Amino acid sequence: MVEVAAQPPVLSRKRKLPSLMRALRLPEKDPLALIGVTIYVVFLLVALFADFLAKDPLEILFLDDGNLAANLGPSLEFPLGTTNLGRDIFSQLVIGTRSAFMVGLTAALAVVALGTLVGLVSGYFGGLVDAALMRLADIALGIPFLPFVIVLAAFLGPQTQNVVIAITVLLWPNTARVIRSQVLTLRERGFVEAARVAGSSDWRIIRVHIAPNILPLSLLYGSIAIGWAILTEASVSFLGFGPSGSVSWGGMLQDAYASQALSRGSYNWFIPPGLCIVLVVVAGFFISRGYEEVLFPKLKD
Amino acid sequence: MRSVAIRFGQMLLVLWAVATLLFFLFRLMPGDPTAAYIDTTFTAEQQEALKKQFGLDRSLPEQYALYFGNVLRGEFGTSFRSKRPVFEMIFEVLPNTLALTALSITIAYIFGVLVGAWLAWKRGSIAEAVGIPIVLTLRAAPEFWLGMVLLAIFAFGLGWFPSGGANSAGADYGSTLARMTSADFLHHLILPSMTLALYLQGLPLLLMRSNMLDVLQEDYVMMARMKGLPEWRILLMHAARNALLPVVTAFALGLGASVGGNVVVETVFSWPGLGRVLVDAVASSDYPLAQGAFMFIALILIVMNFVADLLYSVLDPRVAHG
Repeated sequence: MVEVAAQPPVLSRKRKLPSLMRALRLPEKDPLALIGVTIYVVFLLVALFADFLAKDPLEILFLDDGNLAANLGPSLEFPLGTTNLGRDIFSQLVIGTRSAFMVGLTAALAVVALGTLVGLVSGYFGGLVDAALMRLADIALGIPFLPFVIVLAAFLGPQTQNVVIAITVLLWPNTARVIRSQVLTLRERGFVEAARVAGSSDWRIIRVHIAPNILPLSLLYGSIAIGWAILTEASVSFLGFGPSGSVSWGGMLQDAYASQALSRGSYNWFIPPGLCIVLVVVAGFFISRGYEEVLFPKLKD
Repeated sequence: MRSVAIRFGQMLLVLWAVATLLFFLFRLMPGDPTAAYIDTTFTAEQQEALKKQFGLDRSLPEQYALYFGNVLRGEFGTSFRSKRPVFEMIFEVLPNTLALTALSITIAYIFGVLVGAWLAWKRGSIAEAVGIPIVLTLRAAPEFWLGMVLLAIFAFGLGWFPSGGANSAGADYGSTLARMTSADFLHHLILPSMTLALYLQGLPLLLMRSNMLDVLQEDYVMMARMKGLPEWRILLMHAARNALLPVVTAFALGLGASVGGNVVVETVFSWPGLGRVLVDAVASSDYPLAQGAFMFIALILIVMNFVADLLYSVLDPRVAHG
């Protein structure tokens, strides 16, 4: 995954980002991938230091004259204005970064871990195991995505982990199928054959010889899955089945929509959360394109 | 022919599995399992009749058998809120969803194919350097947020379009066809379908572009160049035809997925469709209606997955024999 915290601290500031990209096996010269990694780093820093940047996002604010500070435009005190209940929009936006990353990273990790495991087992062992797992993938792909997440969130309770579970249950097949077909070709390669002749066990061959070769492919699907997970969580929150009590970008948009922010023209309320979602999701797309150029270099010329 | 039969069998397997999942999913929900079909506001006789129809007084395996019998006959029970048959309610909104989906996906794919082919032709130019990030950004935008922005600008700000619904209140049309061909309906349809089209165009565009890049390196394109054919002719008659194949498959897949994905757009625009029915039903614990709507969305998705599979082998015979 995007283990940004793992960067070595000794490097000079200028070289940090390229070295981070090398660590992620991304092409350093790809401007889009560079933009993507930069966006992730910035949002991650915001999420980490949210407490210093934001006030209490749910505090109801009053003006000096004692009136409710409702529907204010942007000002020095409230950089993005306030909601109809007198809450600071900027603080909500900053705190919302956390739930976006929580959902995005955990769901992507779960999707890629499950998808990679199934793809490895299915592709390497083949036969009945493969057939059973691939039928299971067909079934998961036959379930309508958003309706399933909504129903599960409504029945199991609107906690974040239920949204993550629903996303994981439905999104693993895409990763699994691609990993599987990659494993099918790797299995026939000389170095795997050599390991087998030398007496390596199946699990050792998978771990030492096959898994490292599909790592970039897993990262590719992981960087896309982060975006899907954040988009899905936002949609679920917007439809009113999201976690109550916590502040998220999707929840902010639902709040704005339900409070007539559109007809009032409170662009300062509903534009920023949407833009943040776009930025984080598109960062994943940019990074995944970087991986594509690593994995399928023929498109480069 | 044999592969078609196998694929059809696989489709039936998936349909069965999803219906089974739904059976258990709707016994997961909070409260008594009979709550899936019977609301406390029903009269005693109504409750008895429904219990019998869905076998709620019997064991789980018997209920399961009865459930399948009912699903196959299109019997989904009675809505808690409106007290009307679920089947009837779904068929009432289905045309709205299909109209919205068909229009938006058609616009998206025509636009995507044309611009995708053009961007492939312009490989390495400024158009590509600017175009690709824009397309990716639009694809990253949540549909409901795009809808909110369009609503705020064009409905509330400029007042060009209505802010929701499929028809103006109070208007009465003789038939569904008369209603759906009225200028009023089209006026209501424009903003939601634009929202969906903006979201959907990215996939065909990027797919068409990368296919074109592949195809343009094939020998027969080189042959056409050596024959001295004009560039536009090579592009349209030789390259685009083959690059289109995977896009056609994606169209079928997208059509199936979009019916379920419409959920958010229909909610933003208060569009009376299948997705909004599902959301409202789940939110108000109207279980029979939610179950019926889910089943229909799944059915459309699974059938379109099957159609896409077939199309792919019909259009590209290498797949069928490989």
